[in-house]
Amino acid sequence: MLETGRLARRAAVLPAASVTRGAVVIRPLGAQSRFSLRTRPATAEALGTVAGFTLALPINRMSTAGERTSLRLGPDEWLLIGPEAETDELAEAVSAEFGERVFSLVDVSHRNVGIEITGRNAAHVLNAGCPLDLAEAAFPVGMATRTVLGKAEIVLARTGVDAWRVECWRSFATYVHGFLGEGALDFVAVTG
Amino acid sequence: MSQTYRLPQGGRIDRSQPLTVRFNGKALQGYRGDTLASILLANGQHLVGRSFKYHRPRGILSHGSDEPSALLSVNWRAERGPGFTDPNNRASVVEAREGLETRSQNHWPSLEFDLGAVNDLLSPIFVAGFYYKTFMWPRKFWDSVYEPVIRAAAGLGKAPEVPDGDRYSNRHAHCDVLVVGAGPAGLAAALAASKDGAARVILADEGREPGGALLHDLGSTIDGKPASDWVAEAVATLDARENVVVLPRTTAFGYYNHNHVVMVERVADHRVDAAAGLPRERLWQVRAGRVILATGSHERPLVFANNDRPGIMLAESVRVFVNRYAVAPGRRIVFATSGASAYTAALDARRAGIDVTLVDLRLEEDCGPELGELRAVGVEVLTGHTVVDATGRKRVTGLVVAPIGRDGRVGARRTLPCDAVGMSGGWTPAVHLFSQSRGKLRFDVELDAFVPGQSVQAETSAGACRGLYDLAAVVADGFRAGGAEQPVEASASRTGFQPARVLPTDADPAKVRAFIDFQNDVTAKDIKLAVREGFESIEHVKRYTTTGMATDQGKTSNMNALGLVAGLLDKEIPAVGTTTFRPPYTPVTFGALIGPSRDALFEPVRKTALHQWAESQGAAFENVALWKRAWYFPKAGEDMHRAVSRECKAVRETVGIFDASTLGKIEVVGPDAAEFMNRIYTNAWTKLEPGRCRYGLMLREDGYVMDDGVVARLAHDRFHVTTTTGGAARVLQHMEDYLQTEWPELDVFLTSITEQWAVIALQGPKAREVIAPFVSDIDLDPAAFPHMAVRTGYICGVPTRLFRVSFTGELGYEINVPADYAESVWKTLWERGQTLGMVPYGTETMHVLRAEKGYIIVGQETDGTVSPDDLGLGGLVSKVKPDFIGKRSLARPDLVGSGRKQLVGLLGKDPAEVLDEGAQIVATPDQPVPMTMIGHVTSSYHSPNCGRSIAMAMLVDGRSRIGETLYVTTPSGFTTATVCEPVFFEPKGERFNA
Repeated sequence: MLETGRLARRAAVLPAASVTRGAVVIRPLGAQSRFSLRTRPATAEALGTVAGFTLALPINRMSTAGERTSLRLGPDEWLLIGPEAETDELAEAVSAEFGERVFSLVDVSHRNVGIEITGRNAAHVLNAGCPLDLAEAAFPVGMATRTVLGKAEIVLARTGVDAWRVECWRSFATYVHGFLGEGALDFVAVTG
Repeated sequence: MSQTYRLPQGGRIDRSQPLTVRFNGKALQGYRGDTLASILLANGQHLVGRSFKYHRPRGILSHGSDEPSALLSVNWRAERGPGFTDPNNRASVVEAREGLETRSQNHWPSLEFDLGAVNDLLSPIFVAGFYYKTFMWPRKFWDSVYEPVIRAAAGLGKAPEVPDGDRYSNRHAHCDVLVVGAGPAGLAAALAASKDGAARVILADEGREPGGALLHDLGSTIDGKPASDWVAEAVATLDARENVVVLPRTTAFGYYNHNHVVMVERVADHRVDAAAGLPRERLWQVRAGRVILATGSHERPLVFANNDRPGIMLAESVRVFVNRYAVAPGRRIVFATSGASAYTAALDARRAGIDVTLVDLRLEEDCGPELGELRAVGVEVLTGHTVVDATGRKRVTGLVVAPIGRDGRVGARRTLPCDAVGMSGGWTPAVHLFSQSRGKLRFDVELDAFVPGQSVQAETSAGACRGLYDLAAVVADGFRAGGAEQPVEASASRTGFQPARVLPTDADPAKVRAFIDFQNDVTAKDIKLAVREGFESIEHVKRYTTTGMATDQGKTSNMNALGLVAGLLDKEIPAVGTTTFRPPYTPVTFGALIGPSRDALFEPVRKTALHQWAESQGAAFENVALWKRAWYFPKAGEDMHRAVSRECKAVRETVGIFDASTLGKIEVVGPDAAEFMNRIYTNAWTKLEPGRCRYGLMLREDGYVMDDGVVARLAHDRFHVTTTTGGAARVLQHMEDYLQTEWPELDVFLTSITEQWAVIALQGPKAREVIAPFVSDIDLDPAAFPHMAVRTGYICGVPTRLFRVSFTGELGYEINVPADYAESVWKTLWERGQTLGMVPYGTETMHVLRAEKGYIIVGQETDGTVSPDDLGLGGLVSKVKPDFIGKRSLARPDLVGSGRKQLVGLLGKDPAEVLDEGAQIVATPDQPVPMTMIGHVTSSYHSPNCGRSIAMAMLVDGRSRIGETLYVTTPSGFTTATVCEPVFFEPKGERFNA
């Protein structure tokens, strides 16, 4: 039996502390369980929901129920996000509900890093590197998409009028975090 | 003598806010609202620089962004130390601000006394094409003598030598309507377009405040209001609308596809107290539903002898300095014109108390009512006169004019003493952005100008930029462009001109220095020479003479050059061609283009979960794609060679630990996963049992090796694929491409798991001993867990995909753990390894160890033209599979014939000598150059385990040359090497089965 002292510990890639620049707050999100779920659109429509994750969503929309969030990133692709401690349980529950249907569920909990950015100018900060139209009419609350931030690929989701979630791959997290912090400097102080 | 030329009242300057700037060290006083140009003129400083080629004294030609001559080096933040200076700022557009330190350019030792001016005396030999003709021979002199000397003598300003200390930012923005230019047309367009509160409108203007030409129009009224009131009301209305963003100090410089317009906003340069984080400039990348161009027009200079003397400026610019900045460019100003607008300038100057004379090229009867209006206020007007010369050198002292007879003969000269000249050769619509949008230009003979013709994008031009010069028409056109039909009443404008190319003269044309392009120092004579030498297309004339090719893109010169060429060739202007305008409209700083992409944000630097540990151990890193990889781990006093030798030995003797996290990883899942793998890879996958691994080779359609890697079958419908580090993204894209476009019927999905799993490689005889205490749920017994197998279980209590694979030839494991756990697992293994002689090793040792075993690296042994058989890996190509990517190409005659380069080993004659990677191989050096090269070295190392140097090479028919001695190039000549099998260490390959 393995001694407890030898149990491996998690090390986050980003420091947990928030960065505040004016009204903009950039907060690395803690560890969570994440899966890339792939299945044919018809299967998703038929199931509607699996293990508390809503699949029957318009493309580029997200849905949150309790601590479980699903983001439909394409016709056959969902990003599922749940509590850190429930990775195995979620995988089992999703697999059980798919049963014999064709699907692919891959654990990407450690691949992705989540960053929350909030505040009045958060959309402008994202627009420092994201070419999408982030006005509410074009990118309403509940929208989620794969896009770019500067030279990094990200998944961008609008969780509130002035609240966004950015997901990127682990090794891009330092860049993405730094890029957001740099862009937010525009809103620190304007004088003269 | 401060601000001697400042008028006692008027102007849009704030006399309550005095300020001081420095010009060549001298303090000059001015006011908030001034530009550098207006401050210089207010202080009587007309000489502000030396010209590009002839080092002629130059002054201020214009009041706007078309300024070709008054280029200054500006230190924006002298108080913050170096890094805030840049050259070639147009004095006419730099807002004056307390503390700016400016310098003139292109002279030595001083602006007043410039030795380079000898070029002006030598000008008869510096004709167009002079460099091409003169410095051809001897060839070797070009690099060492001619070019450095020419570069030092010519040029514009000095490039900064220290990093830019400012911050620059970038912003993407979207709108329904983008209006470029906030003059009368642009303001009207923005008013109309923003009426609907749902329409998002951006109005951008390069000036410090909206208004454009109305800012210096004191006489006109619009709808019964003074022009300035109309502007103020329009701006207030726009400011009150939430759907409008007004961006002053913002130049739209690039118009790209899909209405992507790029603009630069000057955010900080005008602020005295700019906070440290405030960007100096912000690059706006706007995607607009519709673009309204209201970019106005540029005035043309007149072309006559010495028309570049300081004090000679554009007529409208004189008006701007008088009206907007309350500066008299001179006490006695002569206007020279071929059109009506200069009369307005003359009237305004007269009203300001300046002594004015006007010379009009047009005959008395061709002039309009403006003639009487000017004479009515007592101004002398000479009609039917040409300008033949200007006197004065560092400041104009007189304009030499002469009547033109009915027969075209130039009559008696008369010198009009003056200290400033305002000239006008008519107007050119600013069609730059329209042209950049790929719109077709149309030549309008009446206007003597190119105007927008057919649009290509959702764009419309309004006002002077499409040849409308009457104020009422301009405003109405702006409303129309913005979507409203609205009648406009405005006072009449003085418009119309007679095209003038080169003014008639009685002087010998060969001796006249009449400038067309002020920035590149091109004279009418140069253009005539080019035409005489056979250049007929304006594109060729431009390149031969460089006219219009300076940083101002010929804003003031293009039409004069074009008209001159057309006249010489006796062709219509459109037949000679027009110029294509390219971005940027005005020069843009590198900082604005780069934005945040510098230092730590230059590129994403990808680091593995184990990076910090390696760093703490003093590892040297190398860049692999965007990754930083530990290269080797030197101990105190070790160089790379020693460190790598030690690491290589240790792996084979005890055990080494290596970070393989950057390997690309793709999870292939679905009932058709095996079929998909069969089609992507050359080898067969159907029979691979879950729990087993196989080395896979992947080809492109052309049959050449694209990537390779070990693939594990985790379950019947689940594969864990590994790729090369650099190939990860490419391979996933390749797979997705086929899946989506060729085989959509396959039920299989691909997910990148490169970053989910960190990979700790343990290689060496003691590898099992290291991990044994920490692994649970996996039987490590070799019988239960053989080489090329995979097991899932736990290590240090966290999930692992444990591969038993070897890229070294040793017993080895690749421990995949979720990335956040990797550092902790590594440290645990490291701690135990200390008792077993474990070393960390880097990519260099990995390379050497695999070369000792003859394992290839895609991209090192292969170069995109190498087939599996070339590598001796023909056995990995399935003969029975019906198809896979590249299968048909493998049967191409040139892929099956002899004479192909094949992978071999090379042992150099001198065991201590490491051959150069990339060195060429020849059968004998005893042959004429160019020799027949029969191969090249692909990998070459010192192998501590073999006790000598080893190399791999691609050699023509190499496998039939085993044992031959061939010649390999060295930096100084040749060395010899013997061809061998590409395996140098333990050819039997049994150690990994331990």
